[in-house]
Amino acid sequence: MFNTAVTAYNYLINEVLVLKSFAMKRIIVVGNGMVGYKFCEKLTAHSKEYNIIVYGEEPRPAYDRVHLSAFFSGSAADDLLMAPRSWYEENDIALHTGELVTEINRVEKTILTHSGKKDHYDYLILATGSSAFVPKLDGVERNGVFVYRTIEDLNQIKEYASGISSAAVMGGGLLGLEAAKAMIDLNLETHVVEFAQRLMPRQIDDAGSSILMHKLTGLGITIHTNKATTKIEGNGKLEGLAFADGTFLKVDMLVISAGIRPRDELAKASGLNVHARGGIVINEYTRTSDEFIYAIGESAVFNNMVYGLVAPGYEMAEVAVQQITGERDKTFAGFDMSTKLKLIGIDVGSFGDPFCEITAGVPIIMQDRRNGVYKRINISEDGKHLLGGILIGDASQYNLFHQMVVNKMPLPAQPEMLIFGSPRKGEEGAGLKDLPDSAQICACENVSKGDIACQVRDKMVTTLEGIKKSTKACTGCGGCTPMVNDILKLTLESLGHKVKKTLCQHFDYSRQELFDLIKIKELKTYDAVLDLHGIGDGCEVCKPAVASLLASIWNEPIVSQPVIQDTNDRFLANIQKGGTYSVVPRIAGGEITPEKLIVIGRVAKRFNLYTKITGGQRIDMFGARMDQLPEIWEMLIDAGFESGHAYGKSLRTIKSCVGSTWCRFGVQDSVAYAIFIENRYKGIRSPHKLKGAVSGCIRECAEAQSKDFGIIATEKGWNLYVGGNGGSRPQHAKLLVNDVDMDTCTKLIDRFLMFYIRTADPLTRTATWLNKMEGGLEYLRDVIVNDSLGIAQQLENEMEEIIQNYECEWKKVVDNPELQQQYKHFINSEEIDSTLSFVETRGQKAPSDWNPIRQNKLK
Amino acid sequence: MELLNELKMHSVSSTDNINVWFKAARTTDFPENGGACVKYKGLQIAVFNFSRRGEWYACQNLCPHKMQMALSRGLIGSHNNEPKVACPFHKKTFSLQTGECLNAEEEKIAVFPVKIEDGFLYIGFAR
Ligand code: SRM
Ligand SMILES: Cc1cc2nc3c(=O)[nH]c(=O)nc-3n(C[C@H](O)[C@H](O)[C@H](O)COP(=O)(O)OP(=O)(O)OC[C@H]3O[C@@H](n4cnc5c(N)ncnc54)[C@H](O)[C@@H]3O)c2cc1C
Ligand code: SF4
Ligand code: FES
Repeated sequence: MFNTAVTAYNYLINEVLVLKSFAMKRIIVVGNGMVGYKFCEKLTAHSKEYNIIVYGEEPRPAYDRVHLSAFFSGSAADDLLMAPRSWYEENDIALHTGELVTEINRVEKTILTHSGKKDHYDYLILATGSSAFVPKLDGVERNGVFVYRTIEDLNQIKEYASGISSAAVMGGGLLGLEAAKAMIDLNLETHVVEFAQRLMPRQIDDAGSSILMHKLTGLGITIHTNKATTKIEGNGKLEGLAFADGTFLKVDMLVISAGIRPRDELAKASGLNVHARGGIVINEYTRTSDEFIYAIGESAVFNNMVYGLVAPGYEMAEVAVQQITGERDKTFAGFDMSTKLKLIGIDVGSFGDPFCEITAGVPIIMQDRRNGVYKRINISEDGKHLLGGILIGDASQYNLFHQMVVNKMPLPAQPEMLIFGSPRKGEEGAGLKDLPDSAQICACENVSKGDIACQVRDKMVTTLEGIKKSTKACTGCGGCTPMVNDILKLTLESLGHKVKKTLCQHFDYSRQELFDLIKIKELKTYDAVLDLHGIGDGCEVCKPAVASLLASIWNEPIVSQPVIQDTNDRFLANIQKGGTYSVVPRIAGGEITPEKLIVIGRVAKRFNLYTKITGGQRIDMFGARMDQLPEIWEMLIDAGFESGHAYGKSLRTIKSCVGSTWCRFGVQDSVAYAIFIENRYKGIRSPHKLKGAVSGCIRECAEAQSKDFGIIATEKGWNLYVGGNGGSRPQHAKLLVNDVDMDTCTKLIDRFLMFYIRTADPLTRTATWLNKMEGGLEYLRDVIVNDSLGIAQQLENEMEEIIQNYECEWKKVVDNPELQQQYKHFINSEEIDSTLSFVETRGQKAPSDWNPIRQNKLK
Repeated sequence: MELLNELKMHSVSSTDNINVWFKAARTTDFPENGGACVKYKGLQIAVFNFSRRGEWYACQNLCPHKMQMALSRGLIGSHNNEPKVACPFHKKTFSLQTGECLNAEEEKIAVFPVKIEDGFLYIGFAR
């Protein structure tokens, strides 16, 4: 093995090392995973007095394992890196990847790698993490059996998946469910096989599991609980699983996610104390049984426990850094293992003691099978504290409850109100107020409530951006962002700052106040508004916000003030990856004639545009160069199309189902009504985009209840729903009125939209606006239906006026050569942008990827 | 990356090392309080007519965040009186005076001196 070159190299290293070691302490980190990386980051931030050398077995620098599944949804491996290689260079860290440490000589204080490299340390940090546990089953060696731990694993899974149709995941825990979602994303028929009688047995109870199972089944995952796998059948490659109960499941691939095993083999071989169930034993200083060796992250065992999450690993890294640098005011004292399931699209949270196992307590349970929501909170026997609990289907209170447990906050007199009925406005803030300063808000970066408050109080940081920059809070998983924002506001308020929802530093008014000012003073331009009511020169926040107000109030074409519009409104098209634009003509209600379809095809062909049917029942053409836009639209407008306002904060689409004309169940003509509504509100500028839908009967094929306003036909008329939303926080719309006739329905939508346009904050969808409204739906109904404020007539008139002023913006541009001037990439040349680059995907064009390819192209 | 190096090669550190005053376009061609993109050799330069302040600025058109040729299409404004431009893609903002990123930790962008003569805008380059 040892050739002379290596020996000579080692000799040299030793010489150099002996000399150097007088100057700087050598810290060797074994393992370049998330925690090993964090250690480096923390140590270099602390001091540059150390020589840091990292050995990692994997071929690439540390990456974000927590978001590993993003690799399936298109993230490149490079996007997942914790830091690029250059970061290590800049910080003088010697990083050796693809290098497995095989021996520690604790007497000489050296390590040896598989390729024969020898290195000396003053302190050794073991951050070797863990590996997936693979049960000793008959047939595990077959082709098609994988684990889910590294980028390489995922690469192999992806490759294998391309030729098959089904997969099973063994293990229904957190990781298993995440893997199952990935299988669905790979378009495989997906099964989850769990040995216990419920899913996530360590986090949730039977009742919770049954609701979760129901939801997963809805995603297309088949769940098998109470299944002990006895054999992996097949012939070379896997063909199916045999279970102890005699049943058989035919699948093409198996992903094992049956737990983790700490990687303690190196520690064990060198005589360090390891735990009987695996893991390197450490004390509260993260020190192993050798005073010069520390272990951190998933390879370590503290108090008989392996911590399989990043946050405790980061905490250990901090403790180890403090030990080495001599600061030493922090010790590791265990860690709360509360978790929230991410990714799968179903809220699942488990916090504190979810089963009343540690302390006796009384559970309060709310179960709503219809909406698939299950909430359990465990109250201490004296009724004073929250011990833990489970949230399924709606984990929006997870952060708050978790903090209540961690900080032993006193419970309100009627703790059941925490989970029955939605919390009333303001109550969540009150909960925050009672949190002690030590409460950890951002677990990833270990930022406490006190840290945030201190930034506000002493360092005058007054914006969320500022807090993110100075504390790093919200920069990990981002889950704490709403809480951090609330704490920021709370602290500002406590300092006597009136926390007014002002637009930005240039306007001391809320959007609603500006609406009134613009209207009363009849202001028509941004400059006039800024001169009269603002300071400074404006910015990317207030310009589009005021532009939207001007458009809502006067409905003058936005093309008259292009430079205050967001880029999409300026060029009347959505800017896309790579800098090209998309083109979406209006196809009201999703109804289109064959002739018009042919025109779209012709346009797309002529300009080589990528075409796709959108989620809004129309057709999007992507990849148009800016200079092509006027010509494209000219063709479309000649054929009778209009702008679809896909770029604006304005009405998008009214989806329809085919309705009574064709459908045997339909009770009203939903298509006709959808087209009518879409044409009525097209072009109206609003605080955020607006979407609607009309369904022809209660089967609801148009998904009207997920829209800002949705209409469902009944035998007697129409039901009107408002405040629905898709997006990342989906919410069903609420029933405003039922069985009204079409005219009444339209009148009510007029009022609803105008009330929203007048009073909502910028970029607030109707759902959020309604959620925040004092009095909620009842109040809204009073204003809109019962006219409690006496403004109904006025709202209707204002709406009528805007509708009368409608003009297609693109028609204006097409008719006016002057307005076409700005559609040029260069002001001093007719050339096009030479950095645009495309690839071919499934027979159509696509932009090159964000980073890697594009940068190559620029080379 | 060469593009970035090239940008650096052409930028000037002080008014002394301006060797080329490039005649870009008529001042009236630029939108008021907005930007446009100028082609100079292989480079794309974003030029802003900040008429509200009576000032002109030039910087690289390339946004360092995701390497998009986009800054000339961004909204301009001020942050505590410092003139800035916001990239249309993800709203990273950059000072038009120093090129520094103001709301994130992106690389600094190159800024270039400008002058107006006889109704034309000129941009100063080192070469
Ligand atoms: C094209 C399309 C996806 C598709 O291929 O189907 C799409 C594409 C985009 N969506 Fe969407 N959304 C599309 C349907 C939807 C839907 C489904 C629907 O409308 O039925 C939703 C969920 C429903 C909802 O809005 O409540 C949806 C929720 C979003 C959101 C999240 C909104 C929220 O309230 O959370 C954003 C982000 C935003 O607006 O801030 C977004 C933003 C975007 C943007 C504008 C992102 C951007 O700035 O580039 C995408 C631009 C496309 C382009 O260049 O034209 N898109 N987007 C769909 C166009 C529909 C249309 O014909 O206009
Ligand atoms: C799919 C998935 C999803 C997850 N989701 C979450 C989540 O949502 N939240 C959460 O908190 N946690 C989550 N985790 C767990 C989290 O990723 C781990 O807690 C974390 O990665 C542990 O970091 P570590 O540095 O201790 O170990 P690792 O990241 O495993 O790194 C250890 C590294 O050391 C290397 N190594 C081992 N032995 C040697 C040696 N002898 N020589 C050289 N190198 C060696 C290994 O190859 C590895 O690269 C998830 C894990 C997975 C796999
Ligand atoms: S914004 Fe919409 S279209 Fe764009 S990636 Fe997200 S979900 Fe898809
Ligand atoms: S590309 Fe400019 S901000 Fe992202």
